[in-house]
Amino acid sequence: MNKLYNKYEKEILGILARYPAEGKRSAVMPLLFLAQRETGYVPTEALSNIAEITGISETDVASIMGFYTLFHAEPAGRYRIQICTDLPCALRGSESYLEQICEKLGVKEGETTADGLFTVEAVKCLAACHRAPMFQLQGDGEIKYYEDQNVEITMQIVEEIRHKVAAEQEA
Amino acid sequence: MEKYILLRHRDVPEIDQLDVYKANDGLVAFEKVVKSMQPADVTLEVKNSGLRGRGGAGFPTGIKWGFLPNNSWPHYVVANADESEPGTFKDREIMESNPFQFLEGLMIASYAVQANQAYVYLRGEFWQLAAFLDEKIKDLEVAGYLGEKILGTDYSLKINTHLGAGAYICGEETALLESLEGKLGQPRLRPPFPAAVGLYGKPTLINNVETLTNLPLIIQKGADWYRSFGTEQSPGVKIFSLSGCVNKPGNYELPLGVTYQELIFEHGGGIVNDNKIKAVMSAGASSDVVVADDFCLQTPLAYETCLDRIKAPLGSASIIVLDETVDMAWLVSKTVNFFKHESCGKCTPCREGTFWMDSLTKHMMANESRSEDIDLLRSVALQVQGKCLCALGEFSTMAVVTAVDRFRADFETHVRS
Ligand SMILES: Cc1cc2nc3c(=O)[nH]c(=O)nc-3n(C[C@H](O)[C@H](O)[C@H](O)COP(=O)(O)O)c2cc1C
Ligand code: SF4
Ligand code: FES
Repeated sequence: MNKLYNKYEKEILGILARYPAEGKRSAVMPLLFLAQRETGYVPTEALSNIAEITGISETDVASIMGFYTLFHAEPAGRYRIQICTDLPCALRGSESYLEQICEKLGVKEGETTADGLFTVEAVKCLAACHRAPMFQLQGDGEIKYYEDQNVEITMQIVEEIRHKVAAEQEA
Repeated sequence: MEKYILLRHRDVPEIDQLDVYKANDGLVAFEKVVKSMQPADVTLEVKNSGLRGRGGAGFPTGIKWGFLPNNSWPHYVVANADESEPGTFKDREIMESNPFQFLEGLMIASYAVQANQAYVYLRGEFWQLAAFLDEKIKDLEVAGYLGEKILGTDYSLKINTHLGAGAYICGEETALLESLEGKLGQPRLRPPFPAAVGLYGKPTLINNVETLTNLPLIIQKGADWYRSFGTEQSPGVKIFSLSGCVNKPGNYELPLGVTYQELIFEHGGGIVNDNKIKAVMSAGASSDVVVADDFCLQTPLAYETCLDRIKAPLGSASIIVLDETVDMAWLVSKTVNFFKHESCGKCTPCREGTFWMDSLTKHMMANESRSEDIDLLRSVALQVQGKCLCALGEFSTMAVVTAVDRFRADFETHVRS
């Protein structure tokens, strides 16, 4: 049918099977997640692919992508370190934690490290307020929580990821 | 003696494994309803239990089930697992640690309204959790509790998870339905209500995760047993998500009617650094800011008492504790920034109002405001109230108005006269 479909045919059929025939359009969000799995953002050509699979217009797919914060139209770091600075976390020091993480990584909030690996972002409540400071890591098609953080623990995690990526590149 | 009704994983290790769950009375209630109860009798039992919706509004659950018309089919059930209100983290613990009880509750609700398809709508950030639930659903299918002709009866049910993608507004039930249909998460005009015209235009029941998790034990032990906890108008237990300036933030499952005093000082270990408590919010960022005087602290946390005594709805019971070091102008700058970020933009008062409140409080925090701006901020909030399509607009103003009225001095330190 198209590139996205051919690549993930089995998975896409599984997604479509979750919804009734008249609700095919429900697959649009799962498909956007699928489309950004590899690169961390939704490539433009995927929009028309998704439109074709779900039977809606490309403009509709693009506006849905724009509405939801977990979909990204632009490339960024391979991993997004998304630190919650919403009220309950801020009451437990997450704003200064964010500042320190930015300093350690040599970036401002919203920026990407020179090696292209990490983008640091401030985000809203992630339902982990009792374990602040915390962040979620979005990348490689996954979203993982890291809770009860401090700068040292987080920088260790960052280093582990850097090692993992370096090892990958050598292999 | 087991202590918990909802957070049973704290009593029973590995209750997230199907065999352990079953060995601890798991699925007894579901088996009972599909094999021996009429759907209407299930609804009646839940009505009698007095269970009220735990998603925020506190609407009686059994009564809501009764709204689905019997002349329009199919019916759908959707579990609201969007959990995005700042300060709320209870549904996540239930699903992560006691998933089968939640799923069994969803199955009981589905049977009661005779739905053959149910969805769990999770916020997109719960990506790992959705994969985990998918495994648990598989386990139930393999064991014959989900699928076609369940346990030899005529009843069939399928459950699927569906991930949102980062939008608080999708917790509002009609925005959730739009989102689940693959559209922008923007609330629908009501009426019609989802019970009549919901998912794909069909009658749809939407219940919160915690609401559903109450059902297995209500069915198994009966409405009277459930009513032995809580208050007359707010029966049962509730999970209080406690956050902010307390020593032991976390989820506390307690009977409705426990006082603020007991929750914060006995269970929550009191205020950090032995500071003085200044204020509380009971429904996350959507709350009034209530002065934590003795009268407030003695208030029982139940739907009716919170309204009657301190005029601040219990909501999702996400209690944010604020101590004497918290600057209320800063607090308001945080809450309005949240709502500005989350406004879906469909109606002007909410979209523009949250934009202006955010801008005014930003200037205040930068000490660039004049004293008139405090009243301007308050009046923008008042102009938003009562003019919005959904409750988010209203929510954005609650902390603003109450904080300005009750803690004006905090705002004055940021302005020039
Ligand atoms: C802006 C807004 C956000 C909401 N977010 C949630 C939520 O995250 N989870 C939830 O269960 N209910 C949420 N609700 C309430 C739902 O609209 C709905 O009332 C609830 O899911 C019904 O379930 P219940 O009767 O079991 O409480 C929200 C409501 C509004 C207006
Ligand atoms: S009140 Fe706000 S969030 Fe609700 S529909 Fe209007 S613009 Fe959207
Ligand atoms: S405020 Fe940070 S997780 Fe809730």
